[in-house]
Amino acid sequence: MAEVAESKIWIVVEHREGRPVEVGLELVGKAIELVKKIGWKVAAVLLGHGLEVLSKQILSYGVHEVLVADEPMFVNYCNQAWVKVLEDAVKQFQPEVVLIGATALGTDLAARLAARLRAGLSAHCIDLELTEKGELVGIIPWLRGNSLCRIGCPHTRPQMATVIPGVFQMPKTSGIQGRIIPLEARVEQKDFTYHIREIKHVKGPKNDLEKADVVVAGGWGIGSDDGWNMVENLADLLNGAVGATRPAVDESWAKEYQMIGTSGLTVRPKLYIGIALSGHPHHLVGVKEPELVVGINIDPNAPIFEGCDIGLVGDYRKILQVMIKSIQAQSRGENK
Amino acid sequence: LKGIIVCIKPVPDPKYWNRLRFDGKTNTLVREGIPSIINTLDKNALEEALRLREKVGGEVIVLSLAPRDTIPLVREALAMGANRAILLSDKVFAGSDTLATAYLLSSAIKRLGVYDIILCGDQTSDSGTAQVSAQIAEFLDIPNLMHVSAVERTDEVKFMVKARIDYGYMLVEISPPMVLSVTNQLNEPRYTTLMNILEAEQKSIEVWSSNELDLAEPWIGLAGSPTRMGDLMVPTKKKKAEMLQGTPEEQAAELTDRLHRLGFY
Repeated sequence: MAEVAESKIWIVVEHREGRPVEVGLELVGKAIELVKKIGWKVAAVLLGHGLEVLSKQILSYGVHEVLVADEPMFVNYCNQAWVKVLEDAVKQFQPEVVLIGATALGTDLAARLAARLRAGLSAHCIDLELTEKGELVGIIPWLRGNSLCRIGCPHTRPQMATVIPGVFQMPKTSGIQGRIIPLEARVEQKDFTYHIREIKHVKGPKNDLEKADVVVAGGWGIGSDDGWNMVENLADLLNGAVGATRPAVDESWAKEYQMIGTSGLTVRPKLYIGIALSGHPHHLVGVKEPELVVGINIDPNAPIFEGCDIGLVGDYRKILQVMIKSIQAQSRGENK
Repeated sequence: LKGIIVCIKPVPDPKYWNRLRFDGKTNTLVREGIPSIINTLDKNALEEALRLREKVGGEVIVLSLAPRDTIPLVREALAMGANRAILLSDKVFAGSDTLATAYLLSSAIKRLGVYDIILCGDQTSDSGTAQVSAQIAEFLDIPNLMHVSAVERTDEVKFMVKARIDYGYMLVEISPPMVLSVTNQLNEPRYTTLMNILEAEQKSIEVWSSNELDLAEPWIGLAGSPTRMGDLMVPTKKKKAEMLQGTPEEQAAELTDRLHRLGFY
């Protein structure tokens, strides 16, 4: 007789090289906090091969159950095969909520799974709430407006959400021991509809940005490659990293991995300087607990000035020119 | 190849985002006077379709779920070089969320029948849920890849696709029919010439309503959308910024001085 999973909230935890991806654990921690008042249980869901150690590690974070589909075939990832296993598991145990980290692969997996289950999916949430009736509410920054919006799917089950990495704290291990439940995996080779031939890990800039004490970010108003060079120059002089808004990435001045905010990175700098960007929540939501926020914009009514500590109004080129020159002069002076 | 379908979405021009206002009474976005453009990444998708056609032949069909007043934008896609354009437009489609949008687009694709590759922008610059491409693939039960930055045909039936993952990329072997959603790393979209624009004026744009689609499932419009937008929260202003005074140069000098005193350099 197969074991029955009791948990109402599931978190699909992505893993790489035997280690859980942080956002999966962040969601475990948040879910455990959310269910306290209504007495639900939380499960982590793992797909892969050779998951024994990983399953036990995740149990130590206080989940009630770890549901594991452990198959040699799963050393390779393919979204359609994953969706098939998850669909079967959801139909069998009927969780109320399924949460997935909004990583590159998680975004794709969640969207396909939601379509398969005809379930609602709140994408790129920055916070989650759970009502006493068990309704999941996701908080998303809304359409570049200066506001956040609640989104949910009250009439369909399971309620699904993806959450951007870094918005919740990493949980601590609790020592509470739950149980491991194997999932039936009815997949065949033909369910792997594409084949990953190579994976390259490009380290560097992205890591720098997430760990940087100083982040200098530019937005659409930068206007040119030359302007973007000034942003990079200033970041260099402050030993900082360069961040960007989506429009700056769309204009190809910045790279995708430099994007901060919804569907981008979360940074935790001491100093954040936002240049020629409006300061809408889509971007600023990715700047966590900064000690000092500086806004530079030509428009005195730009929303950035509502959320910063120090504001400068004027042409950013003039401002950056002076800053770059005087920091350079200062450093030369000190080096003498 | 037989057919390449490109899904495009009209979005408010990012240049005018500072003019977007929210009407708290009706919970809607006031877009009056704000021009629409084709979502930037959708142009990368269209460009790739045109390049694939040059290499392997086939017809490029542009597909959009949008109100009729976006016809000029669809024509712009024709001017870039698409062979055919279909606009899905019907009152009952209004308010569709990503699931409903993907269902409608996939229904139109099924009606078109002959296709090998469906290309989308990786996400839109307005709502940016980045769900529709994967959901179209799910409704069609064909493979998909997101975050695509290179597409290469390796033989008659196989493609090698480079797709971004966190901290790097993967090279994936995949065969049509397939859905790919693309990033701006993929290519540089072409400009349209006056000649192209004049030619596009001659092409007709097909408008399909719900009557043209075989919609067996109820997933259309607001009523058929599982997600619901709730109340808005305008974040309270935590603090009043200290605005530096003087010319831009004077403000810059003041800021630089403070950053130095705070030990940032």
